[in-house]
Amino acid sequence: MVIESSWINGLIGGILIGVSATILLAFNGRIAGISGMINGVLEFSSGGSWRILFLGGMLMGGFIYEYLLPLPNTPSGDFNLFLLILGGFLVGFGTRMGNGCTSGHGVCGLGRLSVRSLTAVVSFLASGMITVFIMKHIY
Amino acid sequence: MTSKQNLMALISGLLFGLGLAISQMIDRERVIGFLDVTGNWDATLIFVLGGAVGITIITFRFILPLKNPFFDTKFYLPTSKDIDIRLILGAVIFGIGWGISGYCPGPAVTSLVQFNLSPIVFILAFIGGSFAYKSID
Repeated sequence: MVIESSWINGLIGGILIGVSATILLAFNGRIAGISGMINGVLEFSSGGSWRILFLGGMLMGGFIYEYLLPLPNTPSGDFNLFLLILGGFLVGFGTRMGNGCTSGHGVCGLGRLSVRSLTAVVSFLASGMITVFIMKHIY
Repeated sequence: MTSKQNLMALISGLLFGLGLAISQMIDRERVIGFLDVTGNWDATLIFVLGGAVGITIITFRFILPLKNPFFDTKFYLPTSKDIDIRLILGAVIFGIGWGISGYCPGPAVTSLVQFNLSPIVFILAFIGGSFAYKSID
């Protein structure tokens, strides 16, 4: 088994994400959960301008990396439409049902030492790994 | 919602998106490479999650005991403590979609800046799935 990783990039990026979640909680008292923010924006939740600004900030951060910093661009390409639609639907359905995704349950929930979030993280990591195993090695 | 709060939301969103891009989590292949434990395993995501949780697990210790956040009168924290079938099944369904597409919500949002169709399609389908659950809940 070859283990491939750009661990330095991963660690630096991860620390920035942790600092981001820290700022949002310390100043605004909010959890940096992206699935919940998208849902909040679409439902026009009251007092929700912060959600739009956070999501807008995420686009700015991505833009700065891709177009302003002298760093290699992220590979991108179009992907099987059916799988994107199926995957997106399941992610939307599942994160609403389980109240969170990698950011809310992972970055923030684990930071709060929430057993509920740990349960969710173990569940989605396991099901994600099994899904990729089936798709890549069985079909 | 004060302008101070809005500014902090913008700054933290920017750091979040920058972090996702630097760590290459907006590259679907890296995420699928991480989930592909029996293949050519890509461990990057471990360092991303480890780095992020390594920070929050320390800083949240100091923040959560405060009476209120700096710019608001209270914390908005999840109240549910139940570990029930809804939580686990929801997480499992999310994981299946994550494995199929290589996207979770954060990276999908940030990779919109790449101006290709994939994250747009994913997010529209995400919205459909989210409202589908809401309508049956």
